[in-house]
Amino acid sequence: MQPLDRGAQRSYAAVFAAALLAPDRATPSNVGVRAGKIATCRYDVYRNNVTVSLIDALAAIYPAVQRLVGVDFFRAMARFHVRTTPPSSPLLFEYGREFPTFIESYEYARPIPWLADVARIERAWLDAYHAADAAPLPAVALATIAGDRLGELIFTSHPATRIVRSQFAAVTIFAANRGSESVAEIDAGAAEDALITRPDNDVIVRRLPPGGADFLEALRSGLSLATAAAAALDAAPSFDIAANIAGLIEAGAFTAITLGERP
Amino acid sequence: MHAKHPSTASASGRFRFPALSPGGLAGTSFKHEHLPAILAAGPQRAFFEVHAENYMGAGGPPHRALEAIRRDHPLSLHGVCMSIGGPQPLDAAHLARFADLVERYEPSLVSEHLAWSTHETTYFNDLLPLPYTAATLLHVCDHIDQVQHAIRRPILLENPSTYVAFTESTMSETDFIRLVAARTGCGLLLDINNVFVSATNHGFSARDYLADFPLSRVGEIHLAGHTEQTDDEGGPLLIDSHDGPVADAVWELFARIIGRCGPIPTLIEWDSRVPEWPILKAEAAAAQQILDRNAIRRSADHAAA
Repeated sequence: MQPLDRGAQRSYAAVFAAALLAPDRATPSNVGVRAGKIATCRYDVYRNNVTVSLIDALAAIYPAVQRLVGVDFFRAMARFHVRTTPPSSPLLFEYGREFPTFIESYEYARPIPWLADVARIERAWLDAYHAADAAPLPAVALATIAGDRLGELIFTSHPATRIVRSQFAAVTIFAANRGSESVAEIDAGAAEDALITRPDNDVIVRRLPPGGADFLEALRSGLSLATAAAAALDAAPSFDIAANIAGLIEAGAFTAITLGERP
Repeated sequence: MHAKHPSTASASGRFRFPALSPGGLAGTSFKHEHLPAILAAGPQRAFFEVHAENYMGAGGPPHRALEAIRRDHPLSLHGVCMSIGGPQPLDAAHLARFADLVERYEPSLVSEHLAWSTHETTYFNDLLPLPYTAATLLHVCDHIDQVQHAIRRPILLENPSTYVAFTESTMSETDFIRLVAARTGCGLLLDINNVFVSATNHGFSARDYLADFPLSRVGEIHLAGHTEQTDDEGGPLLIDSHDGPVADAVWELFARIIGRCGPIPTLIEWDSRVPEWPILKAEAAAAQQILDRNAIRRSADHAAA
C-alpha cells in the first residue's frame, strides 16, 4: 500500500505526466484554468499531442508497415505500443526499436507473419540513414593483396552496415511497399536476408544470397575471410566466395581491410 | 557532463562557415523537402532555423543538407527537448550533443523553450507547462546556467503556449521570464503566436502581456499558425499547431512590436502540413516587409534627429 499523502510530495511534473499516456486516468489535480472553466478538455490537448505525435513518429519510421496494414490498423497498433513503450530518448530517430518485437506479439498482426521483419528492415534503414559517414572500401582494394594471403583478411564494417535475416520475403515486400507504386504478387514464404548500408548519400537495401548473411555476420564480428567463407559454405554449399565478397565491396558494406595474424 | 573546451574551431580561429548576421532578417523553418528549391534560387536574404534534435545523428543526409544551407545563410539552432522547465536534472548526454552542434554549425541564434518534455526516463515529445513559483524559478535558472556554460554563450528562451495553468503558481509568466532573464543573462525568443494562443486560452489580453514582457531582451521573434477548437464550455481553445499561415491578429501584434522595438530577426515556423517552398517563402517575405518598413523609418528618424 502506498501512503495516502504520497501525492502531496510528488513534483508538478510527476503529477502532470502520470495521466499523459493513460486515457482512463483523471485530469491531474494540480492544473486548472480561470474561474468557471474545467481543465479536462485542455489537459486532453497535451494527451493528444503526446500520443498523436508519437504515432506519427512511428509512421514516419515504418511507412512500408503502414502501407501493408493500412493507416487505421497501423495507428491502432502504434497507439498500443506508444502507451506501453514511450520513447526513452529525446531523439525520435532512435524510437521504435521494440516495435518489431511488439508487432510479433500483436494479436491482430498474426495473419501477417512477415510484418515484423519488414519493420526490422525499416528500422535498420533509418539507422543506416543516420550512421556516421565513411568512404567505402574501393573495389580495387583486393587486387593489392597477394593471393596466398587473401584468407587472412579482416574486414572493417561500414558504420551504416546492418543485416536483417528473415524466414519470409521481407526484402521484396519492403522494397515493393516503400513507395506508392502498385505491388505485383509476391511469394511471401521465400526466405530472404537483407544487407542494409549507406556508402554515400542513399541507403541501399539488397537481398543476400543463401549463406551471404552468415558470411557477412562472420566478417562483421572480426573473423578472417577464410573463417567467414567456411561459415558461409556450412550454411549453403553452393556459396560463391569470390562473387559474394565482390558484391559486398561493391555495395559499400566495408570501409577497410587489414591482414590478420598468420595462423 | 563533459563540456567541450575551446579546442577546435573557435580557439584556432578556423571558422568553417561564414559569420553571417540575421540582423533585420526574416527566416523560415528549414525543411529538407525544400532544399532543392532553396539551392536552385541561390543565396537568399534570409536565415533558416532547424530543430537541433534532427541533427544529432552521427552522419548522413541531414548533416549534408544543413551544411549546404549553412554555407550561404545565417542559422538559428532551436532546441525543443532540453526539458529546461522540468524539476529533474538535465540530460548530460543531450546537453553534450547540443554543445557539439553549436560548435559544428556556428549558429547566429541558439534557443530553447520554457517547458519540459522528459519525466524520469520517458520522453513525451511535447512542450509541457510548469508552474511559476520561487522553486521552479531556481530550477529553470540553474538549468539555463548549465546550458549557457556548456555552449559558452547565452541562449534565447522562448515563452510557451499553454492550455492549462497551475493552481500552485505564485507569479505571472512575464514576471517569471523577466526574473529568469535577469538572473541568467539569457536573451528571449518572443513567440507572438504563443502569446496570442495563451491569451485566448486563459482569457487575458495579449497586448497587456506584451506590455509586461521584457522586450529589450528579445533577440528573435517566432510567428506561426494556430488552429481553433472549443473547450469544455464551448469557448475558444487555440492549438499551437504550426500547420498553417500566420493569423491576422498575430500579424497585427507583430507589427506593433516591430514598430516599437525596430527590426528583430523573425522566423515563420511551419512544421506540419508543410507547404511548397514559394508559399512559405511568401509568408517570410510578408514579415520581411514589416521589418524593412521599420528599418527605413528608423534610419529616417535617425537622420532627422
